Amino acid sequence: MSDAARPPADPARDQIFKKELVALIPQLRAFARSLTGDPTAADDLAQDAMVKAWDARASFEMGTNMKAWTFMILRNQFYSEKRRSWRQSQLDQEAAERTLVAIDDPSAPVALDELRMGLAMLPAEQREALILVGAGGFAYEEAALICGCAVGTVKSRVSRARRALMEILRRGEYFRDGAPAGDAMGTILAQAERLSNAT
Amino acid sequence: MNSGLMKRTVKPPADLGEARIDRVAIGERLRQLFDEVVNEPVPDDFLDLLRQADERKAPGAADPEGGQ
Repeated sequence: MSDAARPPADPARDQIFKKELVALIPQLRAFARSLTGDPTAADDLAQDAMVKAWDARASFEMGTNMKAWTFMILRNQFYSEKRRSWRQSQLDQEAAERTLVAIDDPSAPVALDELRMGLAMLPAEQREALILVGAGGFAYEEAALICGCAVGTVKSRVSRARRALMEILRRGEYFRDGAPAGDAMGTILAQAERLSNAT
Repeated sequence: MNSGLMKRTVKPPADLGEARIDRVAIGERLRQLFDEVVNEPVPDDFLDLLRQADERKAPGAADPEGGQ
């Protein structure tokens, strides 16, 4: 019984934990932004995850990968909110539209806008796998742990996401040469859907 | 004097090379996108919230709730 009891408060340990958690906030914000595609919603999500991580600090084993642990908390938080309040089937489409509006900034570098747009079009599971491995610096094994799936699944999601993005970026260069934006979007969306469903 | 003679560089076969360059370019831009957010200053709310959470858990915190 005493083994299962919550360990007594340890102020020194808490201080170390807090320092590490604070250092991870920028990463948590970036991951949240990539999941939601919306800066305000992302910060709400990152804050919720941060507080959850703090409240659960007693269950964290110091010295293990705190970044992966907090990312897992954030991801779980995201999907439990999504299940509660959003209609799954419309989510990706809505995120894509929101992102399109959000990136209507003429001073932003074109290539990054296209990437952001392309990311928003990917299925959520592919997007998160690519972000974790391609930008977050996680190994496939760590990403699998965070997403709660097999390593092979992560690998295939990442490679499908990469392929779809490459195609979107290639098309983007083509469409920038003058096709009407609406038509271009429709074609890109259809293309993205076809690619991400392939294999 | 020899510099002009050593100019030969090894290039990967065209199609393989191109696919690899695409992958690298996407990887770089992904990191750029991610780091753009990472490098933003953290809004004050984050640290405020953490402080509140800390005080909430602390036994005998100075300010009991309910005075709102």
